Amino acid sequence: MREAFVMILIILGMLVVPMLIAAADIYFERRLLALWQDRYGPNRAGPFGLLQVVADMIKIITKEDWIPPFADKPLFILAPALAVGPVLLSFAVIAVAPGIIVANLNIGLLFFLGMSSLGAYSMVLAGWSSNDKYSLLGGIRAAAQTLSYEVFMGLSLTGVVLLTGSFNLGDIVEAQRNMWFVVPQILGFIVFFIAGLAETHRTPFDLTEADSELVAGYHTEYSGMKFGMFFLGEYLGITLISALIVTLFFGGWYGPFLPPVVWFLLKTLVFIFLFILIRASLPRPRYDQLMALGWKVLLPLSLINLVITGGIALAAWG
Amino acid sequence: MFSILRSIWLIFTHAVRRRETVQYPEQRPYMPPRFRGRIVLTRDPDGEERCVACYLCSAVCPTDCIAIQEAVAENGRHYPASFRINFARCIYCGFCEEACPTLAIQLTPDAEMGEYRRHNLVYEKEDLLISGPGKHPDYNFYHVAGVGIRGKDKGQAENESPPVDVRGLMP
Repeated sequence: MREAFVMILIILGMLVVPMLIAAADIYFERRLLALWQDRYGPNRAGPFGLLQVVADMIKIITKEDWIPPFADKPLFILAPALAVGPVLLSFAVIAVAPGIIVANLNIGLLFFLGMSSLGAYSMVLAGWSSNDKYSLLGGIRAAAQTLSYEVFMGLSLTGVVLLTGSFNLGDIVEAQRNMWFVVPQILGFIVFFIAGLAETHRTPFDLTEADSELVAGYHTEYSGMKFGMFFLGEYLGITLISALIVTLFFGGWYGPFLPPVVWFLLKTLVFIFLFILIRASLPRPRYDQLMALGWKVLLPLSLINLVITGGIALAAWG
Repeated sequence: MFSILRSIWLIFTHAVRRRETVQYPEQRPYMPPRFRGRIVLTRDPDGEERCVACYLCSAVCPTDCIAIQEAVAENGRHYPASFRINFARCIYCGFCEEACPTLAIQLTPDAEMGEYRRHNLVYEKEDLLISGPGKHPDYNFYHVAGVGIRGKDKGQAENESPPVDVRGLMP
């Protein structure tokens, strides 16, 4: 009985906390972008503008939710749900602290990769069902981008799996007790970070939205809370990728003095801030440049990383 | 590759730069004295209205936002019986200030004219008239102009000689 209660608490926590962090991300993003652009950002509503998040939520929930008459209605409604659902499901396999994990899957990492691929459907379906050229172009780009970046996203993680000998995220963190995997897997980390940027469709890889060329890309026709779901999905994605980077390369919950959960949250926040910093600094590449970078640079890099790691592992363990 | 890392680092250093934003209601920007804002009607150093209701400002106004009705006082001075500026139409071009021969109409560095109702932006003469001489403290039109009013006939203004009898034969 007690165990079941604890489990329900953990599940609720893993459902609510990422949502809260995603909401806070909007605030962090606006304040930090402003900081790096020598502005102030929202600082009027409540202390330090913290209530701005609440104001934004009220605004987006009470907005008119309009479905264009030319849209493919069932898919149009399904797409935003797909933007949030798989990302939230991925949080199930993340090990926040020893014992605090919703589903202790032995294929945790594979589960995450599968769910992140499902997330791409939200954009493709949104672009397709909107029946609008800008949305369709955004959807096509989402498909191509996901297709090319998912390949080495998986490959870049193989080194970590090789060193650990397990797909379980808890085991991967345990294996980093003495040394964070970012040291032996620096190449893997770089490739995974870039692939993560592309996976969450953040600037500079936001070609699917590309405000300056595609109006708003795949969610041009969306309004109200359906648009809000895409928004939420994007920020949940940032949180998820940051949490995964921490888990896979930066020792998860390990750290001196502070309790494990706090260390995990702190490290995750650092990577969320890094995501925002990169958005503040880099311009968006052209579509063909994006593809060239993916296939000609990052894929070979991840393969080299895999070969080296495999060779060393083979030499060390026979 | 290096330039990408460099630009990320440069943006990061902006975290400690001074922010450009002026926190407006608490922190007020410097408004230069020649700023063209709310229009006022000034008085001469004696405390009399400067405006002589010559209609030049209303004629020059590109948006026709000034409406005047002229009247003549007992001492012979002309003055506006009503002077109305519709600030909802005014574009603060300052032509009226340039046109004014008596330096009565002036623009001030006050731009805070927000109203909830549009008709509140129509300013009547009592809203426009201020008690001081504005930007030109020493100028008094009737002291230097050749116009005759009660208590000052033609030729009695400062730096003015008596009028010449053009029909007289004497030099």
